[in-house]
Amino acid sequence: MRYRSLFPRDIFGELDRLQREMQQAVDLSPSIRGIGRGGFPAMNVGGTPTGVEIYAFAPGVDPATLDVQIEKGVLTVAGERKPEVIPEKATVHIDERFAGRFRRVVSLPEDVDAANVQARYRDGVLHISIARKAATQPRRIAIQ
Amino acid sequence: MTDQPAASKQTEPTGNEAAILPPVDVIEDSSGITLYADLPGVPKDRLNLHVEADTLTIEADLVLEVPEGMEANHAEVSLPRYRRAFTLSKELDADKVQATFERGVLKLRIPKAEHAQPRKVEIKVS
Repeated sequence: MRYRSLFPRDIFGELDRLQREMQQAVDLSPSIRGIGRGGFPAMNVGGTPTGVEIYAFAPGVDPATLDVQIEKGVLTVAGERKPEVIPEKATVHIDERFAGRFRRVVSLPEDVDAANVQARYRDGVLHISIARKAATQPRRIAIQ
Repeated sequence: MTDQPAASKQTEPTGNEAAILPPVDVIEDSSGITLYADLPGVPKDRLNLHVEADTLTIEADLVLEVPEGMEANHAEVSLPRYRRAFTLSKELDADKVQATFERGVLKLRIPKAEHAQPRKVEIKVS
């Protein structure tokens, strides 16, 4: 147990630390890139025997401006979401939505086939399907 | 605003099921309020907006195309629905709410009632 001041000066810093520690306790083996929560776009990653499915929740983005790349087993999703135009003399009461440039990176399993990728953008979700290499897919062996 | 599940849901008290609180922007100008909400993964027909008394509720179902037998390895979005409610103040005209929904972003325009719009008060100096 590390020594900690009984009277932390920075309550917000302490809250951040608590949150980080809780996150680490839940996340048993974080990746070195540590797919950090709370980033934009939020991401879900799933796998099937034949492929890897990645969902990036990027609402309000022009799909033509999205940049998706696979290089050395790493998938990068980058782009920009423009802030909403705020009319003159308007008051912003709540400002929670992300605006600006973004980039998120996911490490892929070794057996994916980077040449066999499909990406679709629908209802604000970018869905990327990457096939696994045929050689690594489970095969049923016929018994003669 | 949408089909059957919404109607059946209204009979039971809403707010029981866990839901994602979508991030919003709320901007007010002299003639009304504009609200933007991020609802990625919601098809148009699964978005449900309703005003009851002075509460505006946004409810929506998330529909993702998931291949059969997929195992989730990492999920930051792990609930299948969104919900958020706002209390409208009296000067807003809830009957004239306009909504557009594109690329997972909902835009609501809630105008102020005519009588509540700003008027320049002339002050006469005698």
